[in-house]
Amino acid sequence: MPRLVLEGVSKSFRQGRQLLPVLQPLDLEVEQGEFVSLIGPSGCGKSTLFNIIAGLEQPDSGSLSIDGDASPRRTGKTGYMPQQPLLLPWRTVEENVLLGLDVRRVPRRQALERARELLKHFGLADFAQHYPATLSGGMRQRVALLRTVLFNSQFLLLDEPFGALDALTRLSCQMWLLNLWQEVHASVLFITHDVREAILLSDRIYIMSARPARILRVVRVDLERPRHADQLAESRAVQLEQELVSLLVKEQAL
Amino acid sequence: MKLRWFASYGPAFVLAVALLALWELAVRADLSLAQFLPSPSMIVQALSLNWGAIYENTIPTLLETVLGMFVATALGLLLAMLLDLSSWSRRAIYPLLIISQTIPIVALAPLLLIWGGIGIGPKIVVVTLYCFFPIAVATADGLESAEPDLLKLLKSMGASRWQILWLVRLPGSLPSFYSGLRIAATYSVTGAIVGEFVGAYQGLGIYMETSTNSHAIPVVFATIVVTAILSLALFALVNLLERLTLPWYHASRVQAGERLAYSGRFLR
Repeated sequence: MPRLVLEGVSKSFRQGRQLLPVLQPLDLEVEQGEFVSLIGPSGCGKSTLFNIIAGLEQPDSGSLSIDGDASPRRTGKTGYMPQQPLLLPWRTVEENVLLGLDVRRVPRRQALERARELLKHFGLADFAQHYPATLSGGMRQRVALLRTVLFNSQFLLLDEPFGALDALTRLSCQMWLLNLWQEVHASVLFITHDVREAILLSDRIYIMSARPARILRVVRVDLERPRHADQLAESRAVQLEQELVSLLVKEQAL
Repeated sequence: MKLRWFASYGPAFVLAVALLALWELAVRADLSLAQFLPSPSMIVQALSLNWGAIYENTIPTLLETVLGMFVATALGLLLAMLLDLSSWSRRAIYPLLIISQTIPIVALAPLLLIWGGIGIGPKIVVVTLYCFFPIAVATADGLESAEPDLLKLLKSMGASRWQILWLVRLPGSLPSFYSGLRIAATYSVTGAIVGEFVGAYQGLGIYMETSTNSHAIPVVFATIVVTAILSLALFALVNLLERLTLPWYHASRVQAGERLAYSGRFLR
């Protein structure tokens, strides 16, 4: 059974008297353990799609099921990570990581144990007692990712998590994410602007049009796993990159 | 650390000393002035001569101030939560709050004396009236300022309204709460003095009043000095409390300050 199935999901917003369509009916699927990316021009409605999948909004039409369950109460069934790390400045790193367990009312001792274990496993144990203000941008994103994973390791919705990082930090965060994904056997739906990032990380890529968004194309990335940055220089990857960029350039408004 | 302390308070210290010296010289140059305006040295003398009486009158004033601050904090927090309950309650309560601040409390004090007697109760009410407003408004603003994306994140986790309040919005509003409390601390002693002015058994306010009536002007000034020191001490106490309860906030501010200083040396 696929982790996520969207069939004919659409959404419009009311702006004054006008009805502004944001998502045209679209289909999308994420398999168990699959890494799927969504690329599209900015403002095309990707974040609206995420809000719908996370259960913060309901679609106007179409059906949506997570692990075969189509109930509209979906909050808590995904690990949703917004663009900003949004760590709580009054909590230490380990206390931030266990935020989701606080929401689930897991006893504090047990939650701390699990948070520490996770931090240790992914190389952040030294920072467990630090406050977020003392961390670098890349570190904050890693902590936010672990917070997401500790809340729900089955299905991660990542909204441009590395968009604000410099190129080198971004690359090391990407590798770290791939490792994390393989260790916890998560399904990932990943929003990005960056074609190379999508190719490096994904099994499949959905390319979305400008608003109102529809799916322009779905491509499979046939690069071997585990991935590393060199593979972006392979002819298959280069060809795919050029193809996707030319497709997206047409959609990008001036 | 000492250097930094001097860098931040040094200029104020130098200016204050210069003004006091100027004042002292002016009074000494024209001694007929001393009848109306005692020099700093005369004020210090009056303070040491009347220390026993001033000390005795400081205790009840301090008690009224602290009790009033406690009541004001409780009331301020309660009002902040009520303001925050819904947009409807905000629209209902906020205008009334502002109107309550347009009432001259000085005019209210004698009425409180009539209603509540000459004891400590009415003074606590006056302090509360002076202090609850900044606490309520600052805390309500703090509650409202929570990052919308953060609320979205918590909702996506399936958190309830109360969980969001308890886990995110209340702790996030604490720095604002302390800003309000700091302002309240500077008002509070004045509130107690106003309350005592219209009638009290004991207290700095009534002591000031009787000193004025007997033309003991240096004693009045000495009492004003004590009042100011009391206010400053309360202010410092609030700062200390903030540092102890919000270590993360202080740490992040120091860091931000260092980053600023690093990126622009001219700021120093």
